[in-house]
Amino acid sequence: MRTTDELLEKARQALGRVIDPELDEPITDLGFVRSMDLVDGELVVHLRLPTSFCAPNFAYLMASDAKDVLTELGTRVTVLLDDHHDSELINRGLAADAGYRGTFGPEADEDLEQLRRTFQRKAHTAAMERVLVRYLRAHDELAEEQLHAVVLGDLPGDDATRALVCRRQAIGLPTGRHEPVLVDDAGEPYPPEEVPLRLRLARSVRVSIDGNAHFCRGLLRTRYPDSAADQAPRAFQEKVS
Amino acid sequence: MYTKDGENYFIVDAHIALWDARPENQRNIHGKQFIDCFYDYHRNLSPESEVWPYEDYLYQGGERLMRDLFTDGYVDHAIFQPALLSAFYTNGFGQTEEAFALAQQHPDKLTYNHCWDPRFEQAGLDQLTRDAERFGLKGIKLYTAEWQGDSRGYKLDDPWSMRYLERCQELGIRNIHIHKGPTIRPLDRDAFDVADVDKVATDFPDLNFVVEHCGLPRLEDFCWIATQEPNVHAGLAVAMPFIHTRPRYFAQIIGELLYWLDEDRIQFSSDYAIWTPKWLVEKFVDFQFPEDMTEYGELTTAQKRKILGLNAARMYDLDVPEWAVPPADEDATEGKTESVAVG
Repeated sequence: MRTTDELLEKARQALGRVIDPELDEPITDLGFVRSMDLVDGELVVHLRLPTSFCAPNFAYLMASDAKDVLTELGTRVTVLLDDHHDSELINRGLAADAGYRGTFGPEADEDLEQLRRTFQRKAHTAAMERVLVRYLRAHDELAEEQLHAVVLGDLPGDDATRALVCRRQAIGLPTGRHEPVLVDDAGEPYPPEEVPLRLRLARSVRVSIDGNAHFCRGLLRTRYPDSAADQAPRAFQEKVS
Repeated sequence: MYTKDGENYFIVDAHIALWDARPENQRNIHGKQFIDCFYDYHRNLSPESEVWPYEDYLYQGGERLMRDLFTDGYVDHAIFQPALLSAFYTNGFGQTEEAFALAQQHPDKLTYNHCWDPRFEQAGLDQLTRDAERFGLKGIKLYTAEWQGDSRGYKLDDPWSMRYLERCQELGIRNIHIHKGPTIRPLDRDAFDVADVDKVATDFPDLNFVVEHCGLPRLEDFCWIATQEPNVHAGLAVAMPFIHTRPRYFAQIIGELLYWLDEDRIQFSSDYAIWTPKWLVEKFVDFQFPEDMTEYGELTTAQKRKILGLNAARMYDLDVPEWAVPPADEDATEGKTESVAVG
C-alpha cells in the first residue's frame, strides 16, 4: 500500500512537469489529470481536456510528454486521453509508442518541436511583461522607456521572477544578474524608443495566455464538474476575471 | 434598436447561425461532440437566466431566431455566417435553405452569407459563381478547420484558396469572415495562427477580412497583423460573452483591439445561437473599463455605437435610419466629453 501511494505521488510530481504549451501551466494545476491508478503493477493515467475539439497537436504533445515523464519512473505505463475527437488515434499511437508521425501519418510533416518552441517564446514574452509591469508599478518615477535598463538582478526574488528565469532557460537565454530583462526571442535588447511598443505587444501575448487559461479552466469545470477540486490557480497571475 | 440613458444604438449582429444538431442529423460521434462543445461554451459563459435546455439548443428554428434577435434582442440587422460541417452532419450544420428562405422573407433584417471550401477545387469554384448569383452574396464565411475527406483543414494562402478569393473579388463579394479552428494540415503548425490572413489581406486589398473571435486564442498575432493591414477587421464572436463572467478579461480584449486597430474595425456579434444578443447588448452599453486599468482610458458612447452596429452597417451597405446616424461632429474624441455629460 505504502509503495503504491509513493509511486502515485511520484507520478503526480512527474506530471507536474508536463506543461500545456498554449496555457503555460502544468497539466496537474489545470485539472487535466483525470485519474491515476496502479493496476497489476501498471500505472494507468487518464487525461481530460476542456473540449473534445481542443487542438489535436497540443493534445498529443501533452499526452506523449505525460507518458515520457511517467516512463522515467521505471514502471509500465498506459496514458489515455479521454473524450477527445482524436482519442482513438492518439491512444493507439501512445500505446504503440508510434511517435508523432506514426500517430498522425500523412497529417504530420516532421515534428512538433517548432510548435513547442513558438509557445515557449510566447510564455517567455508573457512572463517578461508580468515582471516589468510590476516593476513599473513599484517605481512610479520610471518612464516606460527606462525599462530598457532593468536587469534581472533588479527584480524582486518572487514567483514572477523565478517564472521568468525558468522561461528564459527553456528558450536558451542567459540568466545572469546583469542580463537585461526586456529582450527579443534571441535575447537581444530593444532600443529604448521601441520599449513602449514592445511592452504593449508583450501585454497582448500575456492577455491571450492568461485569458485562455482562465477560459479553459472554466470550460473544464463545466464539462467535468469534479475537476474543480483538482485545479490550482497560477501563482503569479495578474487578476483577469 | 437599443435605447439607454437617452442614447439610441443601431444594432447589427454580424455573426449568427441557424443550425440543426439534432441526433437524426448527426452523421457520427463528432456531430455530438461538436454541439456539446458549443453547449459547454453557452453554459459556461451565459448568465444563469439565459441558459437554454440542451434539447432547445440542438435546433432553434426560424421562429425562435426571429424572436431572440429582433423581438427580444434589440437587433436591427443580422448576418448569417454558416459553417457546413458536412463531415459531422448529414444535412449540414448551418441550414442553408432555411436560413436563406428566412433572409428572403426579411431582407431588411437578414443578410445571408454562404461558405466555400477550396478543396473542392474547380467544381467548388463554379459552385461559388452560382451561389453568388442565387444568394446575392456580399460576404463569405470560412471555417478553416472544416474536415473534408482525409484533410482536416486548409489555409487561406493555399493556391486554390487564392483562386477562390480572386473569384470573390471578381464577383463583388467583398467581406470574407474567417473562423480559425483547431485542425490544419500539417498538424506541425499552430492551426490558430493568422499569418495566412496577413498574406491574403496584402494580396487582396479590395477585400475586407473579418477575423472572427478577433483571433482568439491568438489575440496577439491578430493584433499585430491588423495593425499592418488596414483591411483586416475584428469580429467579436466568442469574445463578447466574457463581458459577464470575466469582465476584466473582456476589458483587456477590447482595450487591446482599440489600441492596435481602431474603433472603426471592430464588429459586435452574439454568435447566436451560442449566445443570445439581448444581454450582450445591454451589458456592452453599460460597460466601462475598470478604474485600475488606466492604460485603456474610456470606452465612449460613440465607440460603442460604431462597434454595436455602424461598422458592420458600413461594411454591408445597410440602410442606417436617420436616428442612428451620428452627428457630423461626433467622433471618438468628442464622444468622450459627450458621454461624460450624459453620464
